[in-house]
Amino acid sequence: MTETAGVGLQKKPEEPPPAARGMSPQLRMRLQQLAAFAGLVIITIFFSVAGDNFFTYDNLVNNVLLSSVLIGVLAIGTTFVIVTGGIDLSIGWGIALTGMAAGTFLITWDLPLGLGLLMTLLVGLLLGFVNGFNVSILGMPPFIATLAMMLVCQGLPLVISDNGATIYLNSQFPPYADLSGGTLIPKFPNAVLIFLVLAVIAWVLLNRTIFGRYAVSIGSNEEATALSGINVRKWKLIIYAVAGIFTACAGILSSARIGASPTAGGGLELQAIAAVVIGGTSLAGGKGTIVGSVIGALIIGVLNNGLQIMGVPQEWQYVILGVVILAAVYVDMLRKKSSEVV
Amino acid sequence: MTDQPILRLRGVNKSFGAVHVLDDVDFEAYAGKVTALVGDNGAGKSTLVKCIGGTYPIDSGSYEFDGSPVHVSGPRDAAALGVEIVYQDLALCENLDVVQNMFLGRERMRGVVLDEESMEIAASQTLTSLSVRTLKSVRQRVSSLSGGQRQTVAIAKAALWKSRVVILDEPTAALGVAQTAQVLDLVRRLADQGVAVILISHNMLDVLQVADRIAVLYLGRMAATVDRADVNQTQVVELITTGRSGDLGIQPATASAGVSI
Repeated sequence: MTETAGVGLQKKPEEPPPAARGMSPQLRMRLQQLAAFAGLVIITIFFSVAGDNFFTYDNLVNNVLLSSVLIGVLAIGTTFVIVTGGIDLSIGWGIALTGMAAGTFLITWDLPLGLGLLMTLLVGLLLGFVNGFNVSILGMPPFIATLAMMLVCQGLPLVISDNGATIYLNSQFPPYADLSGGTLIPKFPNAVLIFLVLAVIAWVLLNRTIFGRYAVSIGSNEEATALSGINVRKWKLIIYAVAGIFTACAGILSSARIGASPTAGGGLELQAIAAVVIGGTSLAGGKGTIVGSVIGALIIGVLNNGLQIMGVPQEWQYVILGVVILAAVYVDMLRKKSSEVV
Repeated sequence: MTDQPILRLRGVNKSFGAVHVLDDVDFEAYAGKVTALVGDNGAGKSTLVKCIGGTYPIDSGSYEFDGSPVHVSGPRDAAALGVEIVYQDLALCENLDVVQNMFLGRERMRGVVLDEESMEIAASQTLTSLSVRTLKSVRQRVSSLSGGQRQTVAIAKAALWKSRVVILDEPTAALGVAQTAQVLDLVRRLADQGVAVILISHNMLDVLQVADRIAVLYLGRMAATVDRADVNQTQVVELITTGRSGDLGIQPATASAGVSI
């Protein structure tokens, strides 16, 4: 048996898929990322030419990258949820909740930094756990369950804060503020560094662990996954809970930069989901890329910053962002159609 | 061949409310043999398979595995015994590749990360041992495979797990002629590896070509279990449609004995 096995293995590289049958799905996914990346490069070049002071290190790192961080962290966390075919609308206001939790722990309760951070991450985990419980154990539709949680996340920060006052963690607690504005690497904000580290962790989770494998298999065929002996409910619960930890990371980075505000992050859920979709992750589930979500977040960051530098009014910025998302989804549809024809 | 069946059901009854779906059914599956389970729609094939697979607990009767009675109260119990069901259409994840599908739920790990290399080698070995040559690459996604190739992967998945009993639910439905031949070859090779294969099929040609034994269900009762060599197609079709054929099958009640030929 082992002898013949060797033959089987060796045979493989000799037989590349015939070009006439079209490209492999793996290659197509790469191309999709490449298309998003090309889009990022094109709009970056556009704003560099059209807008003054866009293509400077200071603007690119301290404005574009830093402002992409929150969307990016939410996007990579919620990629897992979207890969299962679910959706999480509570992530944006989750920033307000977890940020306010951090403020309460560190300033109001005066806990040490490490403990405060740990407890904040636990609050995020709990938020995700409740979402996961409602969706996978109680069987609620993800859209409704997380929409309700979004309202909870909108209200709770006001409840625990002092009449909705911002807790200025950024100025009152310098070591905490350093999480965002500090520079472990010279002239490179820690927030961006943390974002990159989280992205690497998420990439490993999605592509190299059973956590990611089951997220994809659940999104691809939930019934087959269950028939393969996988406890689908348990894994869905874990996936939502882990997404909650990413939300807490975003909450920490947000409150370290601008303080714990009860309205921080509201509305970012849609930008994060848009980033995921622009990156090539399918809202139907079963297919997702972390690199794509990072690129998607950068595209939104570049657009936000570039349009602002060019003096485009805020209301038009929304319109343009909407059009970009529509275009990304349409291009994805075209690509799917063409691959079916081939 | 061994005389003792791996799987033996005796006097199995199963009712859903007032409907008596399985009536005192006996059924055996032997290592290295393909046992075809045939019967018309509503004869109770699916119910019997779900009883074997643990989805439906049996009302009465005995479920014996390797000669000793076992209690199967759920799919996990059946899987633990080594009973694997290959479903007709929902067995695979389209967005995963062949290796990922074959190992789904039983991934090999190296520390906390997946051991892709070892899984790829094991999957290739299994496919090679089954003489599967229709797959270009084990890293192809299932979405790019034909129906026959998908069935091949699903069957190979069962083989990879050293299953003792593999139940194939209509594996050739919706397949072309060439692909059907390939899948039937695969069924034969799976049995040759010592697996007890249970083949459910509506296609008489498939059954007669690949089966060693044929079990015919008729209205919830086991009309006959015959050796392939002892019957022809006409007899099997008669058994399926009327429950009897000559001396085979359910004999008419003693009161109307004169009817028999």
